[in-house]
Amino acid sequence: MAELRTETMTVNMGPQHPSTHGVLRLVLELDGETITSCMPTIGYLHTGIEKTAEQKKWQQVVPLVERMDYLAAQSNSLAYVLGVEKLLGLEMPQRVKDIRVLLAELQRIASHLVWIGTHAMEIGAVSMLFYAIRERELLMNINELVAGFRFFPSYFRVGGLREDLPRGFHEAVNAFLDRFPGKIDEFEGLLTKNDMFLRRTQGVGVLTLDEALAWGLVGPIARGSGSDYDVRKYFPYSGYEMYQFDVPTATEGDVFARYRVRVEEMRQSVRIARQALQRISPSGAWACDDPRVVPPPKDKVYTEMEALIQHFLIYSQGFTVPAGDVYVPVEGPRGEHGCYIVSDGSNRPWRVKMRPPSFMAIQALPKIVQNGMIADVIAVIGSTDVVMGDCDR
Amino acid sequence: MDANSIIEMLTPQVPGASFEAGQSVDFATIYVPAASLVETCRALRETPSLRFNVMLEVTAADYLPREPRFEVVYHLLSIPNRLRLRVKVRVRSNEIDGVVPTVQSVWPAAGWPEREVWDMFGIVFAGHTDLRRLLMPEDWEGHPARKDYPVQIRKPAQTYEPLEVTEDEFKANIARDRLKRPH
Repeated sequence: MAELRTETMTVNMGPQHPSTHGVLRLVLELDGETITSCMPTIGYLHTGIEKTAEQKKWQQVVPLVERMDYLAAQSNSLAYVLGVEKLLGLEMPQRVKDIRVLLAELQRIASHLVWIGTHAMEIGAVSMLFYAIRERELLMNINELVAGFRFFPSYFRVGGLREDLPRGFHEAVNAFLDRFPGKIDEFEGLLTKNDMFLRRTQGVGVLTLDEALAWGLVGPIARGSGSDYDVRKYFPYSGYEMYQFDVPTATEGDVFARYRVRVEEMRQSVRIARQALQRISPSGAWACDDPRVVPPPKDKVYTEMEALIQHFLIYSQGFTVPAGDVYVPVEGPRGEHGCYIVSDGSNRPWRVKMRPPSFMAIQALPKIVQNGMIADVIAVIGSTDVVMGDCDR
Repeated sequence: MDANSIIEMLTPQVPGASFEAGQSVDFATIYVPAASLVETCRALRETPSLRFNVMLEVTAADYLPREPRFEVVYHLLSIPNRLRLRVKVRVRSNEIDGVVPTVQSVWPAAGWPEREVWDMFGIVFAGHTDLRRLLMPEDWEGHPARKDYPVQIRKPAQTYEPLEVTEDEFKANIARDRLKRPH
């Protein structure tokens, strides 16, 4: 028996693996089925959005930042526009704030639906994907109704919104909000007490609170480990302090805890969206009252010389933003989306940097999967809900 | 809590460091000399009235042609005290080698963000455990986020020839492997 020896095996997982949520590559070292080391390799989706943004005018950056975290487009653009507005010193009308809150919450639900569908599918509950994507389709339709674009609406603009809400918006959102809580119950009926799902998720990928915070993980991952940190409660923005909602937490820190937190977050998002919808009148102010940033209405452009000049200036030169830097955090579906903006006082940003929650989650991945089984890697990646567009930018 | 009161708390704990309050429109900003960065960060994390227990991100900005050219920016969060802080370190363009010490020993989360800053700006973090390319390919030249780096460059895709093995070599390899196996 003395000459019997075992070797560890190096396995390359990804970048084209169906369960790595895009182009994440993991180099795993396995002892049998146990993981002895894990080395993530990222950068396959790096497109230099931050560098590109430096060449664009302030308003033109909005569609660019939406393409970073492509499942939560409006969380990115919300962080960006709030940052620029802070530098400009603009205060939004209450209606604009409420619409932004409503759309951000719908965006969170849409992102969590993709998460619950893919996460469950990867660990065996294939039909879950179709149920989740069916509900997400309704949210995509709402985006299309609002902005004409399903994935990247670019509806949030510096200085307000692109235009007023369309007719039929309240009905469409109400129809979704009435239907959706029952669907969450259905999802939970399929998963929460499903013995197979529990065995794949309970006690798997455990992360303690101290580890989560040390690795910079805030958001649903830390809340699954017992943190109650939520940007919406700790540092309210866009009028979140006026909404009633709870921050769901769990203490186990395993894959199942993160699942429970996110499912409950969807319910809370419905609650916030209902309150926001009640506050939004069907028509009213949809931008702030600042002629530097917001173009004049079309009827004035066609009849008044000054309005025409202002319109021309805004669309050709853009507007300038006072020099300085600002970091604005918002609570995205994956954690704290922060936008660090540096202005040199010109009509183009000097630097735009997003804080990517997926980047930090992938950094901590080796810590979570260490000494686990190889099949659990898939459950853990699913529970961290990483988006490679957000990670690589 | 504004920058000056944070500096007052830090000064007795980090002897010999000269802090400077920065201007900001959102939350406190302090400039820290690179030489005392790690001590300062440890004090920021340990002082009970500060307790910056989460390091959110490390990034940098290139202020070409100004000198000092770079600023490394750390965004910190204190969950117990509901505080945010921005720590900045100035880096001159001629002393870029290892001028900023890594803060991995204080917050392990700094590992990848510092790698990204090196990848994008070429700022070296002294003592970093794994300072390699992160977002760009491993054989990339230059640091793309610098202001003097061109916006669009054409670079031929790197391809590798498939490994060519003759039939004899292939058979010899298999035979050698068979000998290696324990049974």
